[in-house]
Amino acid sequence: MSKERKKWFSLNLRNKEQNSCGCSDSKCSDPSNKKEDGISQVFDVNMDRRQAFKKLTAGLVIGAGAVSSSCSVVSDEKSKEKSQIEWEEYFKGNYKLMSDEEKRKTVNRLVRSYELRNGKKINISSKDAENDVLFGYAFNISKCQGYMDCVNACVEENNQDRASQMQYIRIHEMEDGKGLNFGESDDTYYHEVPAAGHFYMGTQCFHCDNPPCVEVCPVQATWKEKDGIVVIDYDWCIGCRYCMAACPYDGRRFNWTTPEIPENEVNKDQHYLGNRLRKKGVMEKCTFCIQRSRQGKNPACVEACPTGSRIFGNLLDPKSEIRWILENKKVFRLKEDLGTEPKFWYFMD
Amino acid sequence: MTVLRNLIKDSLIYLTHGRKSYHIWMALLTFIMLIGMYCYSLQLEHGLSVTGMNDRVSWGLYISNFTFLVGVAAAAVMLVLPAYILKDIDFKQAVLIGEGMAVAALFMCLAFVVADMGGPARLWHMIPGIGVFNFPNSMLTWDVLVLNGYLFINISIPFYILIMRYQGKVPNPKIYIPGVFISVFWAVAIHLVTAFLYQGLQARPFWNNALLGPRFLASAFAAGPSLIIISLAVIRKFTDFKIEDKTITKIALVVTVAAQINLIMLISELFKEFYAPTHHSESAYYLFFGLQGKAKLVPWIWTAITMNVIATVILTFHKLRNNLTILYFACSILFIGIWIEKGFGLIVPGFIPGPWGKIAEYFPTPTEIGVTIGIWAMGAFIFSILVRTGVAIELGKIKFKK
Repeated sequence: MSKERKKWFSLNLRNKEQNSCGCSDSKCSDPSNKKEDGISQVFDVNMDRRQAFKKLTAGLVIGAGAVSSSCSVVSDEKSKEKSQIEWEEYFKGNYKLMSDEEKRKTVNRLVRSYELRNGKKINISSKDAENDVLFGYAFNISKCQGYMDCVNACVEENNQDRASQMQYIRIHEMEDGKGLNFGESDDTYYHEVPAAGHFYMGTQCFHCDNPPCVEVCPVQATWKEKDGIVVIDYDWCIGCRYCMAACPYDGRRFNWTTPEIPENEVNKDQHYLGNRLRKKGVMEKCTFCIQRSRQGKNPACVEACPTGSRIFGNLLDPKSEIRWILENKKVFRLKEDLGTEPKFWYFMD
Repeated sequence: MTVLRNLIKDSLIYLTHGRKSYHIWMALLTFIMLIGMYCYSLQLEHGLSVTGMNDRVSWGLYISNFTFLVGVAAAAVMLVLPAYILKDIDFKQAVLIGEGMAVAALFMCLAFVVADMGGPARLWHMIPGIGVFNFPNSMLTWDVLVLNGYLFINISIPFYILIMRYQGKVPNPKIYIPGVFISVFWAVAIHLVTAFLYQGLQARPFWNNALLGPRFLASAFAAGPSLIIISLAVIRKFTDFKIEDKTITKIALVVTVAAQINLIMLISELFKEFYAPTHHSESAYYLFFGLQGKAKLVPWIWTAITMNVIATVILTFHKLRNNLTILYFACSILFIGIWIEKGFGLIVPGFIPGPWGKIAEYFPTPTEIGVTIGIWAMGAFIFSILVRTGVAIELGKIKFKK
């Protein structure tokens, strides 16, 4: 890709490359050799310290007799294994810093844990980002009719809490003649669409290239992957909701209570950073359906849209549809003045 | 160390003995704390859905109180400066109370932050070394550092002084004066950093405002010493600890100046928001006048402003300020006014309207209020213990017997 192109996206890709491990520029000594950088060294130490911490806590807890179930002779094998998994899971590290071996172990634990609870097999992927891929999204305002099929598909695909009706996508119904007036738009409409004299516009996580939510997280539980997807490690998040306050696009959701999904509706094709089941008190958000997009598929919302208003693809592939749109349509992004560089463009026919 | 062991033993004995009113006070606080703990257990079980917070307004009463109490903690130390460094003897009695208050306020701050967490069990993720500490990128990590550092300083200085007094020795200024110096700068730092926590968010125009930090300081130096004046009045009444009128009137002067500066900054803020209102002024409109018929905060903020103005006017006139009864009244309403303004009135409108203009109102639930009151009771409990022990040592009621 030529230099002008890079500038044209206003995504400084070389700069991004250096920041891909999420630490500040000064710490990243050599971006090409990610495993050997400062983070990795810290992480090695971390693991040792964490092991020590784990043992120490184990000593304390056993002393207090609180893990009676895990050491009790009476309890059966299964509940023993369950407690063992819970124990291991509690002390695991941040996914971003895990080695492939550790990733495999935690994935196995999660799969096994689900099996023990529900008797069903799930598939959790830990597939990394591919090289030369940077995901982007475009939304055709002229085409969207507000059917909300995208919202439904998203909820089903991503195992969102049904009780609180959590939705990553918001469709804003706007009145003709008032322009893009979010203040007067309605994102909770419930009537037949398309309503006369109205047009529709969807928002979700924009996967900013310069995401404010990532900066503010005190424990680095959220970060930008190499393919541009902003992800959350649900098991590392402490639930302070600082990222929520920092997001200018209302892209993040919090599990105010334990999410509930009927067992037969659970999407069993999961990714560790994507739609695997969450717990109460952690953040979640759109991941461009990481479990699908990393397999080369479109996100659920793109596939579900009956009007073709949603376009998803690889920004680094000059032949992709998204690139064609960016090059041939008058595209714009929302709140560009904030310097967040969303990878989510809007356009009209 | 036998001195330490004896100190703990003596103070425990002293703390568990007292007049009836003291016992009733402590029992009452314990009772409220138990209610708070029960409410918190509900929250642990059902998640933060038991609070009034939601995806639209994601911080509420807990973070409001946290913000306000950081100010109280910071302000306490502003009394330390004149006492130890300017050798102003009048302040010396107040200092012990001030530092006790700082410690109590910091414990409350930490409790409020933990209460607000979705996963308090995973807090170890934040411990540097074991977890991942996103320093220096996240302002929250700065806040963790400065708050805990401040707590350490404010425990160690009075502890050193008291343990020396306990043994009947004179504390060596060469040891504690450097600590005092650090703590004064640190006090400013904790409040500025806490302001930066909000100020640094481009997503929230109501907070993303250069005046936020300085205004935090001004309001803190009004509210904190106000509370100290009220506590001094109570301590003076119920103990033999001698606090002269001069001490109180001097602290009142600090309160007055801070309250005046705070009002000037308020006028500046109001001017900016309402003279040439932009899209970014909507939160202020919501706060002061309500938007689209939603106006839950309007009565609160006008109460707060009225209290602030009345208190500042009273304090400005020497005659009124030097009358202690009127002074206590002014300090009380100033404290409440700033509590509303710097808590509720600052945090909640930051989220209203939401990023897409949605106006969803927030009001705390009884459970949330229960936890909040419980934490305040805990603060009062800690403060009572610290001050009672401190005063007893100063008065020589507890002494190390060889």
